[in-house]
Amino acid sequence: MSATNGGYKVIGTRPIRHDGVDKVTGRAIYGADTRLAGLLYGQVLRSPHAHARIKSIDTSKAVALPGVKAVLTGTDLPDAGDQMVDLGEGPARLKYLRDNVLATDKALYSGHPVAAVAATSAHIAEEALDLIEVEYEVLEAVLDVREAMQEGAPQLHDDMTTQEFGEDTGRKSNLATHFEHRLGDADKAFAEADVVVEREFQTATVHQGYIEPHNATASWNADGQLTVWTSTQGSFTARAQVGAVLDMPISRIKVVPQEIGGGFGGKIPVYLEPVAALLSKASGQPVKMIMTRPAVFESTGPTPGSYVKIKMGADKSGKIVAADAYIAFESGAYPGGLVGAAAMCVFSCYDIPDGRIDCYDVVVNKPRSFAYRAPGSTQVAFATEHVVDLLAAELGMEPLEIRLKNTATTGTRRIDGVVYPKMGCKEVLEAIRDSEHYQSPVPAGPNGGRGISVGYWFNVGLKSSCTASVNSDGTVSLVEGSTDIGGTRTSVAMQFAETLGLRAEDVKPQVADTDSIGHTDVTGGSRVTYATGWAAYKAALDVRDQLCERAAQLWEVEAGQVEFDDGVFRSGDNEMAFKELAGRLEETGGPVIGRATVDPDSGVGGSFAANIADVEVDPETGKVDILRFTVVQDAGRAIHPAYVEGQMQGGSVQGIGWALNEEYFYSGDGHLDNSSFLDYRIPTSLDLPMIETIIVEVPNPGHPYGVRGVGEANIAPPPAAIAAAIEDAVGVRPQELPMKPDRIVAALAGSS
Amino acid sequence: MSKIHVQTTINGEPTEFLCEPRQSLLEVLRETLGFTGTKEGCNDGNCGACSIAVDGVLVDSCLMLAVEAEGKEIGTVEGLASPDSLHPVQQKFLEHAALQCGICTPGFLVASKALLDHNPNPSEHEVRHWLAGNLCRCTGYDKIIRAVLDAAEEVHQSA
Amino acid sequence: MQKLTAGQQQVEVEGATVREVVAALDARYPGFKERVLDGDRIKTEIAVAVDGEVVAAGLRAKVGPQSEVHFLPAISGGAG
Repeated sequence: MSATNGGYKVIGTRPIRHDGVDKVTGRAIYGADTRLAGLLYGQVLRSPHAHARIKSIDTSKAVALPGVKAVLTGTDLPDAGDQMVDLGEGPARLKYLRDNVLATDKALYSGHPVAAVAATSAHIAEEALDLIEVEYEVLEAVLDVREAMQEGAPQLHDDMTTQEFGEDTGRKSNLATHFEHRLGDADKAFAEADVVVEREFQTATVHQGYIEPHNATASWNADGQLTVWTSTQGSFTARAQVGAVLDMPISRIKVVPQEIGGGFGGKIPVYLEPVAALLSKASGQPVKMIMTRPAVFESTGPTPGSYVKIKMGADKSGKIVAADAYIAFESGAYPGGLVGAAAMCVFSCYDIPDGRIDCYDVVVNKPRSFAYRAPGSTQVAFATEHVVDLLAAELGMEPLEIRLKNTATTGTRRIDGVVYPKMGCKEVLEAIRDSEHYQSPVPAGPNGGRGISVGYWFNVGLKSSCTASVNSDGTVSLVEGSTDIGGTRTSVAMQFAETLGLRAEDVKPQVADTDSIGHTDVTGGSRVTYATGWAAYKAALDVRDQLCERAAQLWEVEAGQVEFDDGVFRSGDNEMAFKELAGRLEETGGPVIGRATVDPDSGVGGSFAANIADVEVDPETGKVDILRFTVVQDAGRAIHPAYVEGQMQGGSVQGIGWALNEEYFYSGDGHLDNSSFLDYRIPTSLDLPMIETIIVEVPNPGHPYGVRGVGEANIAPPPAAIAAAIEDAVGVRPQELPMKPDRIVAALAGSS
Repeated sequence: MSKIHVQTTINGEPTEFLCEPRQSLLEVLRETLGFTGTKEGCNDGNCGACSIAVDGVLVDSCLMLAVEAEGKEIGTVEGLASPDSLHPVQQKFLEHAALQCGICTPGFLVASKALLDHNPNPSEHEVRHWLAGNLCRCTGYDKIIRAVLDAAEEVHQSA
Repeated sequence: MQKLTAGQQQVEVEGATVREVVAALDARYPGFKERVLDGDRIKTEIAVAVDGEVVAAGLRAKVGPQSEVHFLPAISGGAG
């Protein structure tokens, strides 16, 4: 289904993306494609132990290997003390940031970097790693969130004490942070409820699974200037992190964002960049590093494994009256903070007057967890949606009926305090109800079933910058700082073109390095089409105003007498198209450059997504096949509907993988046993049907074109929808992700 | 380590290079010869990003030693388009928005061309089966499958 | 937090900026300022929302006569 374009000429159309030809001909330069004269290749030695004290590291044999140019360990990183650093998108504790790049005193997960080598070839660097002798004192590892919280559990950080909302409790623990949200009187509301349901859920650690491994190329000049070429979601946050870890001013660092092969939240942190920089400094040559695929799984990403308990109560009419959540997240080796996002999402689709959300952020001996598409939302949607279905069953309601009856809407106060501005949860649910898929017969046969679910992501605003140079041929060169992971050059350029009455192809978007554009925050939080699009809109208005003034000069009138509409400047009988005026800048004062920055504090519109999933379950093997799948999402206004659909389809399939296949397998001592795409199995084309999309447009009043970011909410509902479909098919509903075949078989055996 | 002299043909052009016996063809294509359109996603034959054609057969170039290229005809993504027009699979990938980040795209294009050379009129299931060795994490495959089916239609009509 | 406010979830105070709101709360509930501020800035682990939107201006953020001010755990968002 295509979106309406609301009278716009460019917005709502489907132009070919500006960087498309480069990307289908192999000419686009991704991070690993960086080639420089005199390039060395770097490799990282990683801890084989999940938890160990590093007693000594002897690099002498590696240093002596012919071809080796530099060797580093954690003690080579500058020690700038233990302080909080502001990375633009959020604060971080410097010691944790630095120790995750190269461990100093302790290795906290299997795969934790402990040393690095640069050599004339990647193979020599790899041989050198084998010559580094590390003496470890192996410690007991703890891998599960609930075990890690127990008294007497192995403690990862000797000095970590539990923080409770700005207060240090002084209690030594792996529990890094605990906080609670309350609204109204949950105990009283539960006591008065007619039906109360409570269930426990667990979700496995999963990885973002981008196909491009992390990479970084660094060149440290003799004058102390550093250039880093990398695949990153944010060149400015990469610069801030490199500056913090290397204790150097950001003005000495230029980050050049190369094309990026997927991120989904996982390419916000730096891993290799500071290491490549120091190897370059030590060797005097540029150094390129590409992470191996096993290292990507072992030491980057992943999203937190979780333990969640949900209790909800309803009255006889089906109104949900109370809700209670206990959410414990594995933050990995260092404190994370993603549980805060989970708290914002757990009951986000419902209007519930009384409730409580209790959150625990816990360190375990796994890689530091990081954002993965609507971070935290999928884990809690899996739980909440199950309990909502159970309430419906107890009350004799249809799953869609109870959701529509209790839908959050404009003005709803969430339990964490936020009051919704205009938003589209109800509209998304109504689109499910009205869809051909929902009204079609449920798959026939004894083992077919259907489920629905809904999920949310709040989206973020943050800072973006754009500059726009008017070319004399009537086109515009648009420079932005947002790295383009999924076609945002085009969705941003289209908003610029719409504003000035140009065609999308008349705007040439370019992503610039940190020296060439104003600060721009990460491509994340579904913010680029929203915030950078807004910056492009403002830059276009700036161009318009300057051109009105130029037209006024030509016509010898006041600038205020020139009007602009649909690409044409007018004053009285005078009329001039944008293109013609662009050709006459030389005689009216020279070049015109529009510029804009935005930092939207308010107006970030959240997005809701919902699914209908039809499955068939093989009761013999436990295998679940997706027969048909629909995703509905509120895009506010779909700028480029094909790429909006692409986000919806991609997020859905990531959610399907999370539901059915994906998980980290750790051996008892904490070694990751499935660090390849063979064993960490993401969905293939053969596992899936077409993913049907329905774009809902409830324009966001906080954006000039009504945009809501669409990158993330779509990953939240699939596991819950598939779980409901499995239950509809065979009568059992797993409470643990993934819902892999043996788990289904075991559940069926237990229920018969 | 002494190097070995290899004579091969890449995208129709006779090519010579020196390599170590332990180097994969992927590494030599990218780092020695500059064909960086062929991507590395896993280096263990599980993602398909490094797909190339070797004497018309689809191969993961990370699993092939560079010395094995001796006397072979190698086809990479750089050789798909003619100077004045894209190959139909490239054009259809653009029209259908069948790429997001684009890192898997060269592998998918080389694999899709190999499919259409082998079976000019594939069903949806045949496309899904053929491309199951190429992983994409962004798109959910929907638009890729549609682009390949549409390209097949076009190749079919112009044939 | 509610330990400080004797269990009160919602408290009405006067103030035209977040800074004035924090000062008013600290006057009523001594220790409040120390809990949420680090020197002259909001603590990095805490976010302030005015009328449901997290504000970047921190203590300088304007507060209207009927505004709601929330103190929330700061989170790092992002994906994409």
